[in-house]
Amino acid sequence: MKILVTVKEVSTVEDEFEIEGTEIADQYLGADLNEWDDYAIEEAVQLQEDGIADEVVTVTIGPEECEQTIRQALAKGADRAVRVWDDSLEGVDLLDVNAKTEILSAVIEAEDPDLVLSGVQAGDDSFAATGVSVAENLGFQWGAVVNHLEHDLEEGVASVRRELEGGVEELTELELPAVLTIQTGINEPRYASLRGIRQAQRKELDVKALADIGVDESTIESELDLTAMYEPESESDATFWEGSADETASELGELLRDKGVAQ
Amino acid sequence: MTDVLAVTDHRRGDLRDVSYEIITAGRELADETGGDLHLAVISGTVDDFADKLNRDGVDAIHTVSHGEEFNHDVYTQAITQLYDDLAPQYVLTPNSVNGLDYAPAVANQLDLPVVTDTIDLETDGETLVATREMYGGKVETTNELEGEAVVTIRSAEWPQAEGTGDASIEAFDADIDEDAIGSTVSGFEEVGGGDVDISEAELLVSIGRGIEEEENLDLIRDLADALGATLSSSRPIVDNGWLPKNRQVGQSGKVVTPDVYIAIGISGAVQHVAGMKGSDTIVAINTDPNAPIMDIADYAIVDDLFDVVPELIDEFEG
Ligand SMILES: Cc1cc2nc3c(=O)[nH]c(=O)nc-3n(C[C@H](O)[C@H](O)[C@H](O)COP(=O)(O)OP(=O)(O)OC[C@H]3O[C@@H](n4cnc5c(N)ncnc54)[C@H](O)[C@@H]3O)c2cc1C
Repeated sequence: MKILVTVKEVSTVEDEFEIEGTEIADQYLGADLNEWDDYAIEEAVQLQEDGIADEVVTVTIGPEECEQTIRQALAKGADRAVRVWDDSLEGVDLLDVNAKTEILSAVIEAEDPDLVLSGVQAGDDSFAATGVSVAENLGFQWGAVVNHLEHDLEEGVASVRRELEGGVEELTELELPAVLTIQTGINEPRYASLRGIRQAQRKELDVKALADIGVDESTIESELDLTAMYEPESESDATFWEGSADETASELGELLRDKGVAQ
Repeated sequence: MTDVLAVTDHRRGDLRDVSYEIITAGRELADETGGDLHLAVISGTVDDFADKLNRDGVDAIHTVSHGEEFNHDVYTQAITQLYDDLAPQYVLTPNSVNGLDYAPAVANQLDLPVVTDTIDLETDGETLVATREMYGGKVETTNELEGEAVVTIRSAEWPQAEGTGDASIEAFDADIDEDAIGSTVSGFEEVGGGDVDISEAELLVSIGRGIEEEENLDLIRDLADALGATLSSSRPIVDNGWLPKNRQVGQSGKVVTPDVYIAIGISGAVQHVAGMKGSDTIVAINTDPNAPIMDIADYAIVDDLFDVVPELIDEFEG
């Protein structure tokens, strides 16, 4: 069985930052492997270690700089990677769900996996929609917000748990091929070993332009226009206690005594 | 095309609060487009649900009786057929776990853009302006799109609709293709029981990713002991296996309402806040003065938890 994992490099933002137009100024941005995708990679690698998957391939939409993040996934055990980028994507503020769906679907169609694992959401744009959209687009089954997957995928069926609100889980059976969006906590993502990191350098990382995967530029034009970005107006009417740690701690101590919740 | 079709949410026989919120959001949009607000109620005891949902501002309720519980294939088929029938401008759904399990599929099938987790919506009848957050709530953005769209709304952002409405209630004869149903829901399970019930506690000391390492949890345990408080946490602490699931506060964890909630090294992501905003008094200890938790805190200490917590322990033990 072949598993494809969608891997995104997300932008992280420092505590203090400035906005330029519809972007956060570069100097306040960092880059990281999307937290939810880390769990998806781990799940795929575990399926491989259990002898269920023969191959784990990652797919990323992103410029060359995100290869360091892709190498992290390879270092954790993925076999090879596909990265899609194109000049026409340069400078796009926000790639909407439909655009990502078109691109990822094209790669998935070419790779023909049995199972696609994707993070529930990306930590930066938080759409939480791409996995399900891709599944529908390809005629695959799907499950959103999966926090448990039975590792014996019998007769083409995946038994999953979907994590609903309020501590309730839904037990669901899905026919393969399917896309699962993976929730944090499903497993314990590993750190890449030194050996893994060394091996990752030699693994295949295929770079493809839109034309290579048969996607026309016009089909990925974002229908959603990011028109403004701003810091939310602070609604804070909190009392900020100032001073050294022992001063602020004693303010808090006094509050707790006043409220009668601590002695 | 000016109408709005809003899809309601229910689970195990009960409508969820967001079903009443989506009436308010849908009504506002329908007023702006000059159209009608249609509700869809799919699966479960639809007639009973429809009666409850018949509140002020709803023009029509369409019931689709098929199965007891949510199944995304049934929802996707029913909604796309309702869309073909009603030709609304906007399809609204909750940004709930179920909403996220069908809204993107509906959008893709109908070849419409999807915009998720919106916190504000405005339209002039043609252009929709959707407000949503990025980077875990650090920034807000406005996003514009033309024409029809599928939009999911964040819970607790719109008030619940009230009053009694005079909507028409009609059974919609959806043609559900059983062969196209590739997923089966076989049951539900409550998780997170165990030794302590954090929802009963008067004083919660709650820790988040700011603690960095599992060993550092001892410091927070000492604090909880010194204060006679109950220990709870944000999700990453539970994901890491540092505390059991029954200690998780939030959307997918427990809802808590203590007299005092001390959020230590917790940013205040919306899914966390969903579980603790009903606390009587909220105190945040965080190095980031702009963390979203500050918006709901009553008191705040902007400082390193590793400096403040030992002092606080001293205060009560010394
Ligand atoms: C479907 C879904 C369901 C979810 N359900 C839940 C849920 O039920 N509960 C939940 O909590 N989350 C839930 N989440 C996750 C949620 O989105 C956040 O990722 C999570 O709440 C973040 O936890 P945190 O605040 O501890 O970590 P972070 O967001 O990483 O915040 C850490 C904070 O610690 C501060 N800090 C760092 N170092 C220090 C220091 N030395 N001293 C003081 N402060 C410090 C930082 O400034 C930061 O504000 C859910 C997510 C999804 C997608």
